[in-house]
Amino acid sequence: MTDLINPADLVDRSFYFIIGFSFVFLFAITAVMIYFVIRYRRSRHPVAADIRGNLWLEIAWISIPTVIAMFMFVSGWQAYTGLRNVPDDAMEIEVLGQSFSWIFIYDNDKETENEIVVPVNTPVKLNITSMDVIHSMFIPAFRVKVDAVKGVTTYAWFLPEEEGEYFFQCTEFCGTGHADMTGVVKVVSQDEFDEWVEEGDAW
Amino acid sequence: MEAVKSFFETPAPSRFTGIWAWLLTTDHKRIGLMYLFAIVFWFCLAILLGGLIRLELMFPGETVLTAELYNSAFTLHGVIMIFLFIIPALPAIFGNFFLPMQIGTDDVFFPKLNLLSWYLYMLGGVVAIASLFAEGFPDTGWTFYVPFSVSTQTNVSTAVFAAFILGFASMLTGLNFITTIHRMRSPKMGWLQIPLFTWSLYATSWVQLLATPVVSITLVLVMVERFLNIGLFDPSKGGDPILYQHLFWMYSHPAVYIMILPGMGVISEIIPVFSRKSIFGYKAIVFSSMMIAVAGSLVWAHHMYTSGMSDTAVFVFSLLTFVVAIPSAIKVFSWVSTLYKGAIQMTPPLFLSLCFIYLFSVGGLTGLVLGAAGPDVHVHDTHFVVAHFHFTMFGGTGFAFFAALHYWWPKMFGRMYDFKKAYIASALITGGFIFHYVPMFILGLQGMPRRYYDYLPQYATGNFLAGFGALFMIIGIALMFYNLAVTLRRERNAPADPWGGVTLEWKTASPPPLHNFDRDPEVLDYPYDFTGVKESQDNQANQDKQSKPNA
Repeated sequence: MTDLINPADLVDRSFYFIIGFSFVFLFAITAVMIYFVIRYRRSRHPVAADIRGNLWLEIAWISIPTVIAMFMFVSGWQAYTGLRNVPDDAMEIEVLGQSFSWIFIYDNDKETENEIVVPVNTPVKLNITSMDVIHSMFIPAFRVKVDAVKGVTTYAWFLPEEEGEYFFQCTEFCGTGHADMTGVVKVVSQDEFDEWVEEGDAW
Repeated sequence: MEAVKSFFETPAPSRFTGIWAWLLTTDHKRIGLMYLFAIVFWFCLAILLGGLIRLELMFPGETVLTAELYNSAFTLHGVIMIFLFIIPALPAIFGNFFLPMQIGTDDVFFPKLNLLSWYLYMLGGVVAIASLFAEGFPDTGWTFYVPFSVSTQTNVSTAVFAAFILGFASMLTGLNFITTIHRMRSPKMGWLQIPLFTWSLYATSWVQLLATPVVSITLVLVMVERFLNIGLFDPSKGGDPILYQHLFWMYSHPAVYIMILPGMGVISEIIPVFSRKSIFGYKAIVFSSMMIAVAGSLVWAHHMYTSGMSDTAVFVFSLLTFVVAIPSAIKVFSWVSTLYKGAIQMTPPLFLSLCFIYLFSVGGLTGLVLGAAGPDVHVHDTHFVVAHFHFTMFGGTGFAFFAALHYWWPKMFGRMYDFKKAYIASALITGGFIFHYVPMFILGLQGMPRRYYDYLPQYATGNFLAGFGALFMIIGIALMFYNLAVTLRRERNAPADPWGGVTLEWKTASPPPLHNFDRDPEVLDYPYDFTGVKESQDNQANQDKQSKPNA
């Protein structure tokens, strides 16, 4: 195992923090709203009170959500920096998006299409660009997504911690074949990877 | 008051009769109604396209639509819903009809310009339709992202041109409203006596006026690229494709506030009336509308965290996005507090408003996930985003539109609708809505990208279930429109003030006379003072009873 922090965990932590708070808030607002509507229905409460505002209450519900929102922002930003700061020892793969497939080029010029094979527990950096319109590389399992833009090289990195197959998809609409621009990340043991990467190209 | 002829009987200018009394009218109320019928037509068309998208997605693989047709279907669904329905719906229909009435005047400041806006709107719609009958349906999505929109063979230019024309209709309406609020208010009405719906339109109009030119220019640039191939957005010629995204969202993010602010204004009118109690925190709501208009114009690049723009930009736009969440939260708190110790009468408009608060809260809160930089990277361009913006735009603005229709229908047409059918329709729409969009949140978290006509097998269950939600929603909307439309054949039975409202539009006959008020209306010191309504409550109760057999 590596001692790296997997940014996918940071993303999930931030997500659960925000969505957990949101559930509490939504439940509270809805419950209070329904209670008021039933409790103060006109047949039971015919004459309304004349309340036009309450300065302290308003200050409270401006300042408390502001503080919570700032905490949410910070958690999201931490997760984002995790996604952006690539470890020095990351294995680099060049990625080319084209209508409608993905090309991957390894260090030793081995090329694959719509399939990446990577060794487990090794950080992988994808250097991404496009040959035509904008595409976007999305690997849901690793919480990674970045656009492929012609003339620009963008990057993303991930840390595969378990062997297995994970799918990726194109998430920037690119035309008729958009939904077919999918593929697989195969996470294998280091030995298997070393053997695979030395094999000749399949084409 | 009964003797006064309504605006339906008195054309303006008076020399026109029949159809010309409508097509050449300068009466803001008639123009509002012409918008109503045009907008409802587009809305229904876009709903059918949406249903088609949902039908295709119910089962994996290609079922009812090919990839090309599917891409055109979601493009047209988006373009029509956004440019022809949500942006104009509340300002152009209810703003036109009620803004002058709420500030106690007889028309907008530029009545002829108002008519021109309607013609530009219709022309934009016709051009959008024309784009269907040439060279193939546009297939870029409503965002028209370059370089795809420049390189695709389909008929993007016409669709873009339609959006360009519609932009002018929107700008001119904004200009008209701002001038009207400044120059035509009843002399007795100060700024802090303006009703909240009008305030929200004021904030909206500024955004329309200042942000729309940006998208107009951007759309012209797309056409220039398509015809002249200059390379503004083409990196091989020194252009920048990301520049397009900045320009596009610089309008299109503020545009979501053009869509939602008037909706918030509608809810701020309805909740106090049916609680028969002052709105809680009038000034805070006014202030938050203006805050949203300003801060909302500074968050556009939160659509672009994964675009390859700098990390510093991501930091700034994420921070600003959380700032803009606060004024929306203030409004939700104010609405719920308004209910506290009210005398609440349940009616279809109130029911729809409560649904609005729930659905809009879901939309707003899931927006926090999207505003946070890290989590957004995962859910960006997935069905999570699709569900989020449908919760805000449809659950928000759409429901506000339904609520406004039910709230002001008796005023506009002088006819009350059937409450029972209205409740059934509203419940069907709300239930179907939740059943439709909640699975899409889960699909998005599982990683299903948007704009996919086909998908991996693990997404099959969610998409299958969502289809039923869509069906309930469509049945509900059909029932709602039917229930309203049948009243048009009945005789006029609605009293001047069926709900016990205090804003000025309720101080005149239903439907109103040509010049809105037959005598100068009394402007309240505080626009949501219901003490006068309490006094006439017995009288009111009698009116309610009278309207019930028909209602």
